[in-house]
Formats: sequence, C-alpha cells, structure tokens
Amino acid sequence: MALDVPVIGLEVHVQLRTRTKLFCGCGAGFGAPPNHLTCPVCLGLPGALPVLNAEAVRLAVRAALALHMAVTPHSRFARKNYFYPDLPKGYQITQHDRPLATGGWLEVPLPGGGAARVALAQLHLEEDSGKSLHAAAGGAGGSRLDFNRAGAPLAEIVTEPCLGSPEEAADFLRALHARLTFAGVTTGRMEEGALRCDANVSLRDPATGDGTERVEVKNLNSFRFVERALAHEVSRQREAVASGAVVARETRLFDPGSGATAVLREKETFEDYRYFPDPDLPPLVVGEALLAQERHRRDEAPEALRTRFRTEMGLPDYDAGVLTQDRETAAYFEAVARRCADPKAASNWVMTEVLRQVKAHGGDWTRLRVHPEELGALLAQVAEGRLSTALAKAVFARMAESGEEAGTAVRALGGPVVRDGETLSALVDEALRAQPRAAEDVRAGHGRALGVLVGEVLRRSGGRAEPRAARRLLRVRLGLDAEE
Amino acid sequence: MSLTIWSSAAEIRDAVAGGEVSCAEVARLSLDRVSARNPPLNALLRVTEARALARAAELDALCARGGALPPLAGVPLVVKDNLCTRGERTTCASRILEDYEPPYDATAVSRLEGAGALLLGKANLDEFGMGSTGENSAFGPTLNPWDPARVPGGSSSGAAAAVASGMVPCALGSDTGGSVRQPAAFCGLYGLRPTYGRVSRYGLVAFASSLDQVGPLARTARDAFLAFAAISGPDPADSTSLPDPPEPLEPPAPRLEGLRVGLLADQLGADVDPEVRALVAGAAERLRAGGAEVREAALPHAGYGVATYYVLAPAECSSNLARFDGVRYGLREPREELLEQYEASRGAGFGDEVKRRVLAGTFVLSAGYRGAFYERARRARAAIAADFARAFAEVDLLLGPTTPGPAFPLGREGGDPLSLYLCDVFTIPPALAGLPALSVPCGFTAAGLPVGAQLVGRRLEERTLFRAAGFLEEALGLAGRHPS
Repeated sequence: MALDVPVIGLEVHVQLRTRTKLFCGCGAGFGAPPNHLTCPVCLGLPGALPVLNAEAVRLAVRAALALHMAVTPHSRFARKNYFYPDLPKGYQITQHDRPLATGGWLEVPLPGGGAARVALAQLHLEEDSGKSLHAAAGGAGGSRLDFNRAGAPLAEIVTEPCLGSPEEAADFLRALHARLTFAGVTTGRMEEGALRCDANVSLRDPATGDGTERVEVKNLNSFRFVERALAHEVSRQREAVASGAVVARETRLFDPGSGATAVLREKETFEDYRYFPDPDLPPLVVGEALLAQERHRRDEAPEALRTRFRTEMGLPDYDAGVLTQDRETAAYFEAVARRCADPKAASNWVMTEVLRQVKAHGGDWTRLRVHPEELGALLAQVAEGRLSTALAKAVFARMAESGEEAGTAVRALGGPVVRDGETLSALVDEALRAQPRAAEDVRAGHGRALGVLVGEVLRRSGGRAEPRAARRLLRVRLGLDAEE
Repeated sequence: MSLTIWSSAAEIRDAVAGGEVSCAEVARLSLDRVSARNPPLNALLRVTEARALARAAELDALCARGGALPPLAGVPLVVKDNLCTRGERTTCASRILEDYEPPYDATAVSRLEGAGALLLGKANLDEFGMGSTGENSAFGPTLNPWDPARVPGGSSSGAAAAVASGMVPCALGSDTGGSVRQPAAFCGLYGLRPTYGRVSRYGLVAFASSLDQVGPLARTARDAFLAFAAISGPDPADSTSLPDPPEPLEPPAPRLEGLRVGLLADQLGADVDPEVRALVAGAAERLRAGGAEVREAALPHAGYGVATYYVLAPAECSSNLARFDGVRYGLREPREELLEQYEASRGAGFGDEVKRRVLAGTFVLSAGYRGAFYERARRARAAIAADFARAFAEVDLLLGPTTPGPAFPLGREGGDPLSLYLCDVFTIPPALAGLPALSVPCGFTAAGLPVGAQLVGRRLEERTLFRAAGFLEEALGLAGRHPS
C-alpha cells in the first residue's frame, strides 16, 4: 500500500432562502435583469453600511441545528480582503475566527443500506459576490458586471476531511441538499446556484500516515460534477504519484466540458486575506429565544420522518415516501392525520386531492386555502359516516377554490345534508327497488351487502345523504336492529 | 435686519421665527460672505447655493403659512466633503472621487436639513480625513482665518475655517483621532466629538470605522449643542449607532455645583507650549472658582495612544479604501490588464498620506505581523479605555489641552508625518475609548492665536461637557473676538 487512499473535504456554499440580502433590503431573488437588485449598500458605495438580516441568521441557525452543530452564542463577522471587480467593497464580509456554529454531523444513507456519519467542522454566514460576465476571448466590450447576487446570504458548511471517495462526496452532498431543502433553509435549486461546492483532495498512505499536498477543486455545482471532478482529480493524483511526480499544492478548476480539472492558480503565491473583525457590525448574538424557537420547530430528517410515518402511522412505504418529499407536504399531512385520527385516509387525501391543488398553484403551499385542521375535520366526518366521500371531495375542492369554511361549502353544494324525514325515506325506498338482490342478501344475513345499498342511496342523493342515517334506516326497513 | 455674519445659529433661528428676517435673506448674507472670504481661505470645495436657496424658500413658505418652524430653521451651514450629499459631488478632497455624486444623503445631513438648516456648501478636508493640517487636500490647502500663514488644523480644516471666518455659524466635521477638536482648537471654536455611536455614520465615507464620528463645530457652545442634538439618536441604517433616543434640544444650564473635574497633569508637561499650559490651567482655575471640585487625574496608558491609533486606524483604512478601485465609480486609469488598472487608478487617485496609511494598514494586518501590531494595538486600546473607566470613578469630567500648541505655519516639519502625528496626542485617547470630548476655546496666545482646552466625559454624557463649556464661555468672555 502506498499513497493511494483519497482524502476529501468539502466546502459547500448554501444560498439561504431569505426575501432580502444579508446586509441590505434588496431582493435576494433570481432572474432579475442585471443590476436591478442593488442599492448603495450592496454596491459598496462610499459611506454605506451593512445591517444584518435576522432571517438569514434564523435560517443559518436552523441549518446548524439540523446538522447537530454547536451554535456559538457570540460569533462575529470579519472582513476578507482581496481585490476583484465583482467584489464591490474590496472585501467580503464573512466569519473567520468565530463562526456561527462548529462540529456536528450528517447521516448519509449507504447504497447497501444503513448510514454513515460525515463529520462537519463549521458553518458560517457570509455574503455572496456579484457575477463577472466575460466577453468571448478577443471580443470587444470587455467584461460586464452584475451585482444582483452581491450580498446574497450564504451559509458555508465545511466538512472534516473525512470523505473517502468521489461517490461518498456526492452522496454527502445529496443528503445535505435533501436535509437543508427539507428544513426550508434553501430553495435547493442547483440550476440557480443554491448549492455550490469546492473540494479539497489529497491522497494518503494509511500505513505511514503520509499524504500528498492538498489540491482545491473549484466550481462543482452539481452532484454529477462533484463525482466526475473528484474521480478525475483522484486518478490524476494517483498517476502523478505512480510516475514519481509531486502533487503540487494548488487550486484547480473543473471544466464540465472536458471532465478534467485544470490549474487555476498555484498556492505557492500564498494568498493573505488580512482578516480582521468588521468594525461596522456588532458581535452576532444568537439568543436563547431564537435557539428555542428553532429547536422547537426543528424538523426530523426526511429519512427519520419516513420511517416514523411507516412504523408509527402504519403507512405503506410508498405513501411515506411521497409525504416526505418536502417539508410542507409532511407538515400538512401530519396536521390532517392528527385531527382525523386516520393516517391512511389522511395520506390518501393529501397524496391526491391536496397535492393536486398545490400543483395547480405552481407548488406554492401558501396559496392552498384549506387549513389542514379543516381537512382533518372533514375527514373525521367522513369516518363517522356523516358525510359521503364524494361530497367531501366536492366540499374540499370548493373550499380550496373559494376559501369558504366547510359548512358554507356544504350548503353551497346543494343545501344541507339529508339525514331524516320524507326525502331520506324516499331515497331508501328507491334504493331497495333498484338493488333487490342486495336487499335479499341482507335479509339472508349477509350484512356486507348493506354497503351496496348505502352507496345506492348516496348516489341517488347526489352525495348529500348522510351515510350513517341512510344505513340506519335501511337496516330498519330490512328488519334488522337500527344499530349494529 | 439686525443679524450679522457673526450671529449665532440660535439668534438666526429666533430672528426667522420672529419674522424679522427670511431664510432667503439669511442664505444671501452667508453666500455673500462666502464670495468674499472663500477665495483666499479655500474653506469650501463647492458652494451648494441652489440647494440652500430651495430649502430657504420651502421654510419661508412654511413660515408664511404660519407653520411651526423646526429648531434650526434658516441656519446656514456647511458639511465636510466626506459626508454624502445626494446629487452634490462628494470628493473627500481626493482625485479618486473628484467627480463622484452620491445617490443618497448621509443621515447626519438629512437630519440637519430636516431640522431646518440650509446646506450652503461642502467643506475642504485632509484627503479622506487623513491629516491634521488641511494641507493633504487634492484641491489645495485651507488657510487659518486667524492667520493665513498658518494651518487651520485638520482634517475638518474647511469646516473650521468656514465657521471661524463667519461664512456660517456652524458646520459638521468628522473626528477619527481629533479631526473636529484639533481644528476647533486652532480656529477658536467649540468642536464636539460625540460618544461613539451617538450620531449615525451612515453616509460618512469611512476612514477608520471603529473610530469615525460625525461632530459639529460652532462659535458658541449653544450652537454646537444644538447641531449635536439635531443629528443625534439611533439610525437603523448604522448597526453601530446606539439605541438611546435623540438628545433633547434644550441645552444644559451652565452650573458647576457638584461637578468633579480631573485635571490631566501629565498633559501639562514640558512637551506642551507654555502659553497653552497657562491658558488650560487658567480654565481649570475658573472652573474651581465657579464651584467645581478640581483635582488631578491620570491616564497611565494614554502615552500609547498615538502608536495604538496609527496601527488601528490605518488597518481599517486599508480595508475601507479598497473599494476605490476605478471599477464602478471614481477615477479610472484604463489599462489592458486588471492589476495594472488597479495600480494606475489608485496610484493616480490617492495622495501621499493616504497611500502611506493604506500601506501601513496592509502591513499591520498581514500574516506574520498581525499579532505584533494589530492584535497588540487592540489590547492597548482596551487598556486605555480601562484608564478612563478608572478615572471616571473619581471625577465627572477630564480637562487638558486639546493640542500641544497653537496653530503652526503651513509647511511645518517639511510634512514629516511622524512629527505631525503627535498633534493628535491628546485627542486620540478619548477617541480610542469611544468617549465624548469637546474642545473649548480657553484664550489666545500673545500672538493672537486661539487655544483650546479639551473636556472628556463619560459615555453619553455630552450634556456634562456642555455644562462646563457654557460656564467657561461666560466666565472667559471670549465671545465677540473674531479674526480681522
């Protein structure tokens, strides 16, 4: 055995899902025309000062808790000084010697079952840079700058150098993406750069503990790129070692076109960022109140939630999978199930009626006008036989459409529920005439045929008959006791 | 009209409110004085006549309608040209910002105009606030109205000269290590450095963020107090501004009963000009005679102040001035290569003193030197702050000279920076501790040059400074003496 075992650590930049930027009120959205989301603060104009966005802190704390990290009660911001055209102030506001959170781990599912823990080093808050749009080589017009992204909030999450293969690194990134997207920390939209990754790669000899110089690979912005770039880098380093060459300490850039990494800059010209505490910002104090709120709302990992839905609620694995696809679906389902006390019914409804409505609104849960408690109550009525499933579906659709309460929606759909009197009596008579065979079966002691008759009553009432009352009256007509 | 160019802000406001004079007439009186005195003195870099007259017209219309007038209605004033003014060039007396027009007003400026002041012009300064003579301006030195062969002090050189020469009763400067108090002393004015955080820094082009404070210069204690009160109070745009509500506009009564004053005997040693020594000791005697208890006090670590300051301020300056890179605004020297363009733009845009401090600051933050310089200076700063805390357990005010000597001739020391840095020896320690300090005129030398005494108070106790200042103003009877 020689220098052969890959040692990989990742630095992941996660765009936090805030309305505004980290230090100003500009929108943190994606896709606006160049330089439309800017102000004196994020353009770094003379005299402008940063004001920390509390929502970004909340989301970073949420991420830290989701990753089992220790949140630093007093962290602080530092300036990282370097010149680059898309860095408006000539320094980046980041955290250096006192990051927001340290330690922690993330459980990554293994392909063969089970899970591995990936150890984390730290999480810190920082602002994003703008974007340089370089003209084609030799073209006129030079480079252009877009500062829409400048000042957008990022959480940088750094792993320990503990990942043993490109596959493991990619699996970790997938698990991190799922965990943080599920917690609502980030949109998770890779195509918008919501998760961007750099990797440090070296080879180690487990026998002697010797290792090669660390190479940083930049620009790994998809799961696939991470795996391909690291595979290329590991084999490049192995070849170098095998041929007796030295692996130089340097920064390399992954080119998705060629699938190879190429030197960006050599680390021998050591970069000195001259960090010092940013005098424009007071220490960042994470209070007990915020920690308590975030601990309280802390989501289970999607995997754990899926297991719980299966074991404690008795749902099929398929249902559990669909319901844990994102945080909103899971939370909605849980609230419905809690109210109606029938997890499977709640699951059926959420997977069909509810998701259909949400999809119709472009996936925006805030536009779903039916509170899960209301749906739970509706399902409880169905379970008690006081509302037909058909009517309940129509009522739900109407509530979702109009924002009406359940009672109002029922009335609007053809008046009150039929549960006694002439109307019900006539409906029962009609049903017995229409299904003489079923009536015979019931009289002969085959109680199950009663369901056919109840269904007939409901159908003839347009769903308005109360199932429980119809059943009771049918039993009386067929000479059975009213109550079962 | 009984107003003259020597009328105070309080007198102008009362005359306007009493209908004796219009704001437009007051503005005209000031503008005429500017036309007469600015060409020789070079106090103002630009006159903002249109802006002043527009504001005057608004206030006169308000007055005609019988509306309630704001507390500084009709008071003409100028601000140092490192305070951003919307649509009016803000150059910091630097080539690199020669044509820069900010898109917003500094908070201190908008608060003054909101209080009814008329912004008459932008005052000259040592480039970016770096200097103590007014000679480090890219647009020529400012002269001292008391003796045009001498410097007015700096860096708020133009602000001090404009007030002392009767162009305006009041001006805003900024004080990092003494830049309000030292020129106030050299020009026979009241100059206040408020408690750090008492006045918003938003829109003040940063030199050293942890030290910069905006403060007023005026010919009377009351005017300095009024301007301070008008700009004080929290600002959500400045994270380092203090939450305490704005200072009430009513100045404190000039009574000394129960006041304990510590005379800084160390600051009256052989290094201090004998006339300055005598005048400061005389002020102490007046305070004693007026009922204050005067005792000796000491600041054992204050001697480290200059060295500490000239590490910390350049460190922050090197980072704060990184944004002036010729990419987005300001002077650009176009070059094919990015690095060359940075070097050429900054090389052509910054003056010698600015370059000296950027270099020194870059050095003290560099890896390998940071601990010996920057970190050590931070500890020294804490030790100096602790000295003040101990002193203020015994006394309510500290008294000493503002400067070691009176205004000196232009070109002294052949521009030797180290010797000039010693001008700040007494003004630096309170700045490092974040404490309020006021330079008060305490007499004239035999040659007719004004001398200032410095009062230092506890955090947020500016009112205590003005109690003593008001008393000394009456007791010394210096009002009414103006430059010829």
